[in-house]
Amino acid sequence: MFRLRLVPDNTNIQFMRGRHAGLIVSAFLSIASVVLFFYPGLNYGIDFRGGIVIEARTPQAADFASLRHTLGQLNLGQVALQEFGSPQDVLIRLERQPGDDAAQQVAADKVRATLAQELPGTTVRRVEAVGASVSGELFFNGMLALGLALLAMLVYIWFRFEWQFGFGAIVTLLLDVTKVVGFYAITGMQFNLTAIAAILTIMGYSTNDKVVVYDRMRENLRIYKKMPLRELIDRSINETLNRTLGTSMSTLLSILPLAFFGGEALQDFGIVLIFGIFLATSSSIFIAAPILLFLGENRLRRNAPAENAAPAANPTP
Amino acid sequence: MLYFPRWKIFLIVAICVLGTILTLPNFFSRETLSALPNWYAHNRVNLGLDLRGGSHLLLEVDMGAVIRDRVEGLVDSARTQLRNDNVGYTAITPGDRGITVQLRDPAQADTAVRALRQLANTIGGGPLGGGQPDLEVTSGGGSVTARLSEIALRERATQAIEQSIEIVRRRIDETGVNEPTIARQGADRILVQLPGVEDPDRVKRLLGTTAKMTFRLVDMNADPSAGRAPPGTDILPSAEGGRAQSAYVIRKKVEVDGANLTNATAGSNPQTGEWVVNFEFDSIGARRFADVTRANVGRPFAIVLDNKVISAPVIREPITGGRGQISGSFTAADANDLAVLLRAGALPAPLKVIEERTVGPDLGADSIRAGLMSVGIGFVLVCAYMIAAYGLFGAFACFALLVNTVLTLAALSLLQATLTLPGIAGVLLSLGLAVDANILINERIREETKKGRGVFGSVEAGFSRAYSTIVDANLTTAIKMAILFVLGTGAIKGFAVTITFGILISLFTATVLVRLMMVSWLRKTRPAVLPV
Repeated sequence: MFRLRLVPDNTNIQFMRGRHAGLIVSAFLSIASVVLFFYPGLNYGIDFRGGIVIEARTPQAADFASLRHTLGQLNLGQVALQEFGSPQDVLIRLERQPGDDAAQQVAADKVRATLAQELPGTTVRRVEAVGASVSGELFFNGMLALGLALLAMLVYIWFRFEWQFGFGAIVTLLLDVTKVVGFYAITGMQFNLTAIAAILTIMGYSTNDKVVVYDRMRENLRIYKKMPLRELIDRSINETLNRTLGTSMSTLLSILPLAFFGGEALQDFGIVLIFGIFLATSSSIFIAAPILLFLGENRLRRNAPAENAAPAANPTP
Repeated sequence: MLYFPRWKIFLIVAICVLGTILTLPNFFSRETLSALPNWYAHNRVNLGLDLRGGSHLLLEVDMGAVIRDRVEGLVDSARTQLRNDNVGYTAITPGDRGITVQLRDPAQADTAVRALRQLANTIGGGPLGGGQPDLEVTSGGGSVTARLSEIALRERATQAIEQSIEIVRRRIDETGVNEPTIARQGADRILVQLPGVEDPDRVKRLLGTTAKMTFRLVDMNADPSAGRAPPGTDILPSAEGGRAQSAYVIRKKVEVDGANLTNATAGSNPQTGEWVVNFEFDSIGARRFADVTRANVGRPFAIVLDNKVISAPVIREPITGGRGQISGSFTAADANDLAVLLRAGALPAPLKVIEERTVGPDLGADSIRAGLMSVGIGFVLVCAYMIAAYGLFGAFACFALLVNTVLTLAALSLLQATLTLPGIAGVLLSLGLAVDANILINERIREETKKGRGVFGSVEAGFSRAYSTIVDANLTTAIKMAILFVLGTGAIKGFAVTITFGILISLFTATVLVRLMMVSWLRKTRPAVLPV
């Protein structure tokens, strides 16, 4: 009977051999991401920066040059025009207008009036105008959500496992999150409320993945009382490898349509999640496990000294 | 563990059937729905504004203006009170939160304090008294200061926001928007959601007007172009345009307040054919209006709306019936809107739109189409993978996934939760995550089989050993979604809700339902080897 196996059964890959390389590469990517966060920085959407987005559909293919000229004369600062979807669809972005929260409204109304006058038959499909105080609060709440989620994960895993597990998971999550932020910086995708939701989702997925691998390690710690920790971790990863990759595959397959057919708003979301699935899967193996190995070498395995952690007899098939 | 009592089977099947029945109204056409009983037809997923089109407005009450109003009133009443009590003063200066009176004779400080204390309103307390004054009066250095207390400020803010919500609701009701949501948010904000409104301009205009109407006399002796208003008057611009003068000198004293109006309707003047607004006063308003018009025949009487003079007709004869008419070169829409504003009453302070998110209905329809297509394709892909990887057991998982999706829809319909665009993404994502439980179980069963356990033993062990892992793995995601729900706004909340439901329901479908299917199959076919 044909069965699709992502990896063969009974693998014995010695993942922990690559622990240093994994940690170094990960740390390097995360540090690079932090640097990218400050310079050139993220492309904050209007949720967090304030400003105006208007999506319009013109009766014929839009004439960007004349549209840019007309809107430029409104004195509303920089006007960014972008085609998306069909040539009739125009996305107009305006910087946050100086003045109070209500100033966004005045500017948005001006653009609407101009469109109606210059291009009769144009339908305004979407308008978003966010003032400064609202965007500040949204940003604060978004960051608060990320912070609280990290804290909740730490407490939960700490409560359910030993502290080494909790610590390992949190450090891995931090490394994951910084890389997602770096991904936003590199691609220049809009960093907005949806991005916060994407990051939280990736955190959720990543923790889920770690919990399964940790669960198996804990179980094996009880079964193989004498096995060196390094061997035990490798064994646990190998045992759960088909599940780890299988779940990544099923999640990936469910997200793919979003990246292809989700429309402007959800497309970015889908792309980031795909990145996140790869990230979370690899960090379960190459980051979370090595951290546990370093932290737990003498604590989780008191009666088996670290020196005994010799390579297993059968190398990778 | 592998034995299912009859009642349990019945319960599991009942939940699935009930879920399906509850989900069905979402797929019926409008005609079918109208034939069904109301309680059942209403059991549908609530589409968010981003899917059905509509406008989301966040309004902020200008609290500064509320306090300023009270302080200005305080200046006037302090002047009268001090004069009655024979307290001499050189100046009354309004401040941020109160007024300062410079006394001519510092020895009168105590009398002045007593006088100002009389101006305080009582806040809090019940019908038997209690409560406390809203003013803190202190004296020193030849001046007396009356300040609004912290509690008074908070009380004012609460009052202002509650009153504003009431008036916003009345104004929006007049526009005929279906099912608007009007809710308080935070200390000084109002959230207004208008489903189906594509162009919120009219609503914004209605809400952006304070509609504080007063009837005041025009000062005939002063020249409005002089640039400086004589004491006790204001120079106010005219809203009439065209033929009328551009500004008037208007007395500060309010003769009749718009709050005394009981009704206002738009109509047309039979002689000239122009649009007017007819209004009626309550008994107090009618009496005051009669008194003023009787005493001031031949003089212009200004109708002031939000510090603009709508018109200033000359009083030809006393108006005693409590009815009047405002004319001012209105269009039909203007006259209608003004009538709406007057009927609904004045806002205690101006409202500002600080956030707007409007989605047109055709964009919403496009989003639904894209979302449904994504969910369909995602479903097929995940199922194909599960069957390729686990054969029959994968097919069981797919059936469970279908039930999971149906039950999630049922839960959303039952709780009237709102489905948003990110919510659709949530449905998709939970498709991928929901089969995780089955992957865990199936992998366990494989392992146990390889260890040489029997058919029933492997299945039994697979479920029981995977269970704690499944709970751990899913709870962490549920915690995160709870955080997202509490802190998120609008559409993001919808994402958190759908994922949370999807995950919780998957605990039922992936473990209980799949186990029932597997056990029934095992009992029926009694296979020698498991097809995992």
